[in-house]
Amino acid sequence: MRKFKGHVLVTGTAKGAALVLPEPLSLWGGLNPKSGEIIDRRHPCSGQIVTGRVLVLPAGRGSSSASSILLEAVRMKTAPAAILLAEPDGILALGAVVASELYDNAPPVVVLKAQDYAQINDHDIVQIDSDGTISVTISTN
Amino acid sequence: MTLQLSPKDEAMLAGEFGEATRMAMRILTTMAEIYGAAHLLDIELAHIDGCLYHGYSGLEFAEKLVAGGAQVVVPTTLNVGAMDLLHPENFQGTAQVGEWATRTMKAYEAMGCQPIYTCTPYQMTQRPTFGQQIAWAESNAIVFANSALGARTNRYGDFIDICAAITGRVPAVGLHLEENRRGQILFRLQNIPDHLLTDDVLFPVLGYLIGAHSRSRIPVIEGLRPDTTEDQLKALGAAAASSGAVALFHAIGVTPEAETFADAFHGGQPEDIITVTLDDLRAARDRLATVPDGAVQVVALGSPHFSPQEFAQLMPLIAQYPPHPDVEFVVCTNRVVYAGLEKRGWLEQLQNAGVRVIVDTCVVVTPIVHSNKGTLMTNSGKFAHYAPGNIGFQTIFGSLMECVRSAALGHVWRDNSLWA
Repeated sequence: MRKFKGHVLVTGTAKGAALVLPEPLSLWGGLNPKSGEIIDRRHPCSGQIVTGRVLVLPAGRGSSSASSILLEAVRMKTAPAAILLAEPDGILALGAVVASELYDNAPPVVVLKAQDYAQINDHDIVQIDSDGTISVTISTN
Repeated sequence: MTLQLSPKDEAMLAGEFGEATRMAMRILTTMAEIYGAAHLLDIELAHIDGCLYHGYSGLEFAEKLVAGGAQVVVPTTLNVGAMDLLHPENFQGTAQVGEWATRTMKAYEAMGCQPIYTCTPYQMTQRPTFGQQIAWAESNAIVFANSALGARTNRYGDFIDICAAITGRVPAVGLHLEENRRGQILFRLQNIPDHLLTDDVLFPVLGYLIGAHSRSRIPVIEGLRPDTTEDQLKALGAAAASSGAVALFHAIGVTPEAETFADAFHGGQPEDIITVTLDDLRAARDRLATVPDGAVQVVALGSPHFSPQEFAQLMPLIAQYPPHPDVEFVVCTNRVVYAGLEKRGWLEQLQNAGVRVIVDTCVVVTPIVHSNKGTLMTNSGKFAHYAPGNIGFQTIFGSLMECVRSAALGHVWRDNSLWA
């Protein structure tokens, strides 16, 4: 198991299988909050389901409506379990902050150092603690 | 860094200005801590994206603020909603969603926001001024305000935009501060033919290329003509903010914070230099299409919302090449421009030619297009980027002339001299 500490944008605890996006994703136009599916058809992970996964992505991108999509995904229970970023993204963090105001439920959002970020692979089991400690169990598949 | 609040900020947080202001300040201070802000600062204008329906949760948020007595304290405009409120029959979604979408828009009006419902507030009356601190949402408006006008806003989104308008405050971070507006990546245009540098078709493509390379860094473009128009900068920014998180670009000799190379980089050097050739532009143009040239079912213009100047270019083209009856031709704009079209008799001419003009909203944020599926052709980098995911259309990008002539034929028409 690998352990490292990230910078917490929105606190919380979560555990799930990693879904690693090789490219940034705008949730607006990129995620269907009804199904949890990635619907940006130019994105390499188009068609994947984020629900319950630990979403690992370099950055958000594009539209400022991404926070709304994340909030709606929380309401519809299709949101990722947590969001791990390589760069801070205020728009994603905001969606999580408002989700905790309205629904008392938000995926934690944590920014990782480049060398830690690179160590997480698809399907690794990732646990996030409220202080930003990330524990990664390498997937054998 | 610890966040220092003013006595008035503290009072808002303590609920002395009502429940809604308290919630707004609580969200703002949480975000200020996330951003590592030392303090909050005053804003003079706000532009709100939250009025666009994305789901019931956004309506719950807005109505919670209204119930808590929320009123904006600075002049505040509204971005597009999901409904054309002047022509609600344009909406093709369910009655339930239509009702929630309308309620969302009305909730923001109840808080004192001006119902202009446009993604181009910068082409309206309340244009931000150079150096002015503002809190704007809507990615294309943000990049335009920062880059073309020299106003100062971060990439605000739904929720925090209205929190800023209700409190008049934002975290003092990012592009609000002079030192963070320095260019980071240089895009050097190399051997781009002069006819292309003056053609509108260049700008969405160049923006799309720059956004994809820049992500959230500040790009600087070298090689644009000093007479580059406002609508061209608007198209460039909208595309760059679709393929990347670009909130500010500089164009040397064109935009107000970049009279010279030294101004753009605050006396320093770029972190990266990217050369842009005609081949790079052709490749970026091709990435805007999801299918090869063929039949076209829909032509959509007006993302960002069409300006009077853009309509002036469209009118003679439509007169010469009216759309084929099987092709749906839609142009999105705002109420003020629409009223101007009516007055000049242009609206009637467009309608007689079979062109539908939509206000308050746009085709990629809400179900307005009648055709079920197929290929949508556009001159907008933003439409081309978002249409496949949001409304399930394949997209083809072309110049305004290519779009109009393709609509007339029902299949793609190309001007082969454009990218030669």
